[in-house]
Amino acid sequence: MSDPAPLRKTPLNDLHRRLGAKMVDFGGWDMPVQYSGILEEHHAVRQAVGLFDVSHMGELVIRGPQALNLVEHVSSNWAAKLKPGQAHYSGLLYETGCFVDDILVHKVSDTEFFICVNASNQEKDYEHIVAHNRFDAEVENQGAQWVQIAVQGPKAQATLQKLTKTDLAAIRYYWFADGEVAGAPARIARTGYTGEDGFEVYVAPAEGERIWSELTVAGQEFGIRPCGLGARNTLRLEAKMALYGHEIDASLTPLEAGLAWTAKLDRGDFIGRAALLAQKERGITRTLVGFEMIGRGIGRDGYEVQIGGEKAGWVTSGGPGPTVGKNIGLCYLPVDRAAVGQAIEVLVRNQPVEARVVATPFYQRAK
Amino acid sequence: MYPENYKYTKEHEWVNAEGETATIGITFHAQNELGDIVYVDLPKPGATFAQNATFGSVESVKAVSDIYSPVSGEVLEVNSLLSEKPEKLNEDPHGAAWLIKVKLTSPAEVAALMSAADYQKYIGG
Repeated sequence: MSDPAPLRKTPLNDLHRRLGAKMVDFGGWDMPVQYSGILEEHHAVRQAVGLFDVSHMGELVIRGPQALNLVEHVSSNWAAKLKPGQAHYSGLLYETGCFVDDILVHKVSDTEFFICVNASNQEKDYEHIVAHNRFDAEVENQGAQWVQIAVQGPKAQATLQKLTKTDLAAIRYYWFADGEVAGAPARIARTGYTGEDGFEVYVAPAEGERIWSELTVAGQEFGIRPCGLGARNTLRLEAKMALYGHEIDASLTPLEAGLAWTAKLDRGDFIGRAALLAQKERGITRTLVGFEMIGRGIGRDGYEVQIGGEKAGWVTSGGPGPTVGKNIGLCYLPVDRAAVGQAIEVLVRNQPVEARVVATPFYQRAK
Repeated sequence: MYPENYKYTKEHEWVNAEGETATIGITFHAQNELGDIVYVDLPKPGATFAQNATFGSVESVKAVSDIYSPVSGEVLEVNSLLSEKPEKLNEDPHGAAWLIKVKLTSPAEVAALMSAADYQKYIGG
């Protein structure tokens, strides 16, 4: 037996420890799961503003005369529709139509795309894209070259605006701008994983700690809090945002995961398109739905879901929804048993507990 | 912080024995490690279990943790406060948020558990 690989650290690791964060192994990364408490951090983001270190996320850059051709080949959404400064959510798929990863594609220019990918998938994604690169384009893994800080919540704009001359109000949802934050070059994207308004700010590693600290000061009047992966998970679950390894993985397709809109089957060819067309023609047999617990108990990731005592599916993510005030979750069910109101049972430690299918997202912010 | 008259386990439970009955809970350290507690699952009065058997679970926002019985016994009473207010476990784990009271099968089991001083050394190291 060899020793497990040492945990990877973000440039803000020491800072988290000084702040008293509880650290956990998250897919091989030593990450803060919470600082003051998951519920408090969750509510801070819904009501004011929270700060997340998401530097473990990967960044891949595709550039060159045929950068767009490569992106369109490997990414299921329609990158040709993006304008410079615009981003979209997409899937990186296998020929089977199942997920290599879910990604955020940012169009920097006609010849450069900046792709944000999941932390523990970044090497796999890089290799996948390189293996399919038959274009005049180069792929670079910039994972170690960026600190990514998410500023999320209704006071995110007011907080971040204090530190930048870039007019944040002019950046629309899923758009980004290159500018400066606290004097350091920064890519500022109006994106997030919480269901709130907010920004994801990409800066050089050497600037990370200083910018985090300046954001903390800028957000003080609003009650800004450092937030860990625990709150990130409850927030994204309420907003029904997928997490790789849970709602999506190498055995599930965008059609099954309720992400058909990310796979543009009517444009030209891309990896996985043929399989998705065939699946669409056949019809999917299972689909991702939201549920809420009726009986006492919490349906957790991996728990079996039954209908009338028979196995029907499984929970992909589940837990308390601090803002919705219910125990909620996502699960796969047969398509003909997936309508809102469908009664299900979640096996909680081998005891069936009553639950029902509900409309999603569980939480949607007022626009 | 850790009452001197309680006994403690490596699984972070405490036992307060008085004659043939004992009150059982989880330690301050345990609740602090778990974080915000949102659900507590406990047995019914009359249930019996052996030492080190799982008798319930505590769920925080992020995870479920089993609770192991520090002693063998029969459940006499369950703390009803926790079904409505599981968060009390974060506030007063050594007091109002006790979990169950049991009739001890073997009172001698209690003496073999850790003292408050030993437990603090255990979690400190």
